[in-house]
Amino acid sequence: MPTATPLSRVNDFVVRFANVNGSGSASANEMFARAILRMGIPVAPRNIFPSNIQGLPTWYEVRVTEDGHLGARGGTDLMVAMNPQTFDKDIASIEPGGYLLYDSTKPYPASKFRDDITVIGVPLTAICNREYTDPRQRQLFKNIIYIGVLTALLEMDVKAVETLIAEQYKGKDKLIAPNVKALHIGRDYAVLNLAHPIGLRLRKADKVGNKIFVEGNAAAALGAVYGGATVCAWYPITPSSSLADAFTKWCAKYRVDPTTKKAKYAIVQAEDELASIGMVIGAAWNGARAFTATSGPGISLMQEFIGLAYFAEIPAVIFNVQRAGPSTGMPTRTQQCDLISCAYASHGDTKHVMLFPENPAEAFEMGAEAFDLADRLQTPVFVMLDLEIGMNHHLTRPFQWDDNRTYDRGKVMTYEELEAGKDFGRYLDVDGDGIPYRTYPGTHPTRGSFFTRGTSRDRYAKYTEEGGPYVDNMQRLLRKFETAKDIVPKPLIANAAKPSKYGVIYFGSTAPAMDEAIHMIEARGHGIDRMRLRGFPFHSSVNSFVADHDFVFVVEQNRDAQLRSLIVNECGIDPVRLVPILHFDGTPITARYIAKAIGDHLDQMTMKPAKVTS
Amino acid sequence: MTYLAKPKFHHPGLPKNELGYTHRDYEGTISTLCAGCGHDSITAAIIQACFELAIEPHRVAKISGIGCSSKTPTYFLGNSHGFNSVHGRMPSVLTGANLANRDLIYLGVSGDGDSASIGLGQFAHCLRRGVNMTYIVENNGVYGLTKGQFSATADRGSKSKRGVINTDNSIDMVAMALQLGATFVARSFSGDKEQLVPIIKAAIAHKGAAFLDVISPCVAFNNHAGSTRSFDFVREHNEAVNRLDFISTRMPIELKQEPGTVEIVEQHDGSTVALRKLSADYEIHDRSAALGFLQHHSAKGQIVTGLLFVEKEAEDLHAHLHTVDKPLNALGTADLCPGQAALDQFNASMR
Ligand SMILES: Cc1ncc(C[n+]2csc(CCOP(=O)(O)OP(=O)(O)O)c2C)c(N)n1
Ligand code: SF4
Repeated sequence: MPTATPLSRVNDFVVRFANVNGSGSASANEMFARAILRMGIPVAPRNIFPSNIQGLPTWYEVRVTEDGHLGARGGTDLMVAMNPQTFDKDIASIEPGGYLLYDSTKPYPASKFRDDITVIGVPLTAICNREYTDPRQRQLFKNIIYIGVLTALLEMDVKAVETLIAEQYKGKDKLIAPNVKALHIGRDYAVLNLAHPIGLRLRKADKVGNKIFVEGNAAAALGAVYGGATVCAWYPITPSSSLADAFTKWCAKYRVDPTTKKAKYAIVQAEDELASIGMVIGAAWNGARAFTATSGPGISLMQEFIGLAYFAEIPAVIFNVQRAGPSTGMPTRTQQCDLISCAYASHGDTKHVMLFPENPAEAFEMGAEAFDLADRLQTPVFVMLDLEIGMNHHLTRPFQWDDNRTYDRGKVMTYEELEAGKDFGRYLDVDGDGIPYRTYPGTHPTRGSFFTRGTSRDRYAKYTEEGGPYVDNMQRLLRKFETAKDIVPKPLIANAAKPSKYGVIYFGSTAPAMDEAIHMIEARGHGIDRMRLRGFPFHSSVNSFVADHDFVFVVEQNRDAQLRSLIVNECGIDPVRLVPILHFDGTPITARYIAKAIGDHLDQMTMKPAKVTS
Repeated sequence: MTYLAKPKFHHPGLPKNELGYTHRDYEGTISTLCAGCGHDSITAAIIQACFELAIEPHRVAKISGIGCSSKTPTYFLGNSHGFNSVHGRMPSVLTGANLANRDLIYLGVSGDGDSASIGLGQFAHCLRRGVNMTYIVENNGVYGLTKGQFSATADRGSKSKRGVINTDNSIDMVAMALQLGATFVARSFSGDKEQLVPIIKAAIAHKGAAFLDVISPCVAFNNHAGSTRSFDFVREHNEAVNRLDFISTRMPIELKQEPGTVEIVEQHDGSTVALRKLSADYEIHDRSAALGFLQHHSAKGQIVTGLLFVEKEAEDLHAHLHTVDKPLNALGTADLCPGQAALDQFNASMR
């Protein structure tokens, strides 16, 4: 009997599967998450995987959350421990009163286990060895069998799993029956041999609504399709490769001319990141919407070209799916650590536009928006995703598109305008917003041609090394950056129930955990106003938000408080006003972490002096 | 340094091509390269070739890297769009541009420093992809713009202006281009206009990856093969660095060579190159024979010039990618955006 009361919760717990990379568990585990979703209960799954192909530990976490808290919570309520390598560590991570499901083929001594958890042994290997002869089948069906066990333990809708199996193996129909059989082998074992259900239970609900379940990279790639990208040049790197893969898939689906069967897109797997950004720049210079997808090391390599695109004013879109650095760092772990390297990418004075989606819905929207912004501003635009958003499935609002929307190609002089004799100076600030006009190469036989270069030039694109025109040009680029402040997505502000002296600023994948943390902080008796940043350069409301509060916490997932530095640098704010809350161990930041860090601070700040009674 | 426009005076009697354009319409601004630089002769040959082909100048995109050679696009086709990109990475910019608009003519101009060292990877990959372009390397064996260091095409054993002996093997970009699958491969000499102009014309007309290596003597920093004046080099070098215009040898080297012959060409510094011009009966459709021929003569210290290889039915990158005929940059929202109806289906499939 466990010393802690076994957890008893409905539709609100965390299940974690500990597996070995390459064991084929991913699809079974994902099926588990999806089946819960089909029961109308929101889930937030995360894949925690190593940087190798086979053999190292991998975890898949499913947060079951009727309240729709989609960020990571921290802690595990039910551990499905299938990896002997991490067995001890996995047991240690279970919450008091939690549950352990393990393969009891070779029974462990009781001393292996904690006495404050419920231990459930199933001889999975023995069952598989009895049922199957083929070693690969033994491995693969083991995964389905433990899902079968869970259907009984958690009172899961077994029909939902069967339907998912049928959907997954559609077209390979002969795989359906064996999988369904494996599912029932597990379920029957549990029904006959185990105390079931356990304290953690699933009940059909109606909390999913019309939400969709999609990965951030797939969403961003679809955004690129909707945004009109026709050229994609990329080089493989985790965690961004699946973005290019998804773009390839969506293009094959949505962008093939129905009559000729020809492609209305071009995708090139370049030889490296230098070439991929070079192709993007060449294509964009020539009037196509073009992008690359990469991660931190790729950004490092692209620096020189990004500076050229800034200076030569070429609209490049770069999806940066961030991972933990520096260098190769932890290549399959998440962080928000490339803010500075993207904001100021390249040598010389440069500043770049960045967008910060919080989830796949925004990855889709901003993925499309980035192309309009890049064209309007004629400058590189970074869409700052991270592994947490990019490579995990998220429950998110369905994607929407306004069919009346047409692409905003920005200031492009047409043949007619040139023919009419409009003064064309490539770097003239005609409208005072710092954004000049361009023409696409080949537009007019005698007017509008200009030379693009990384060396300085005058307003008419004529080469010059004179200081005056150089300064004039650099000042105009700053003016353009000012213009960008009002056209990048604005920050969103949510105020505490009662006026608060404290604020918090955060962005991107921190958002879902922050939404939940706010409730926890409130439960500790504190109210806090919040601002979620969605774009860089920062809107003027960032200054006023900081000015309106005594202290503002800046929550981010890196070591050096890069967002805080950017705010200090770009908004001229006294660093003392900004309290860094940092999380950078490679796992997604959790609601508990934020709530504790901010809550502890606020406890101290609101401490009242003891009453003097004498 | 400023950027000198050429006077807009057009002599009424200037010959016109079939489009009605004169030679002048194919010129750019005045060159700022050293007087006598081989690169200027190549510029002149490009102008001549485009004039003779009656190309609409504005339908050409001229893209280069960094170096003296890469500056030359400013000096031809003033009415076309040029892009002087970054060191060694012209090929990727050109590839992207070509993907965006398959209807323009792409002229990539680079140097041996630009293409054979920092840019070797991009050189290789754009050829193997079959980008439809004319890729010209203006090959002088040195880094001109950074003042005379060896490039990777410099011969082993040759001596730099500073007196340094090159101990590294040289890269033969023509041999590489043949191996990489370029569908048009040629080498020429900047001073041999009779050979160079038709080769450029043929390269432009070729639908596929055309590579053209042009030996182009550098007035300021030619290799000093066997030079004994090494004591003077530093002083001479300083002079060149600070006052390039004072270099005495200012005339570009010109050459009239009969097909099938070998000519020893003396460069500005007295060093020589042995050029073997292909004979009229050379078979240009055999890739491996071309490679063998090249290497056979290279072993004899000769540089083979002429059109070495053409693939008759070349395919380009657009054919490989099966892209639509309409340029991708001309597709608008209606062509590209699948709209809400498709999104509804997408949403439904993600539940
Ligand atoms: C990244 C980078 N590294 C170095 C340079 C300096 N650089 C300018 S031109 C040049 C060499 C050019 O040599 P080549 O291509 O042979 O042209 P040439 O001047 O001889 O015609 C170098 C190394 C640069 N511009 N960029
Ligand atoms: S340094 Fe050499 S390559 Fe450069 S312009 Fe002078 S002669 Fe030409």
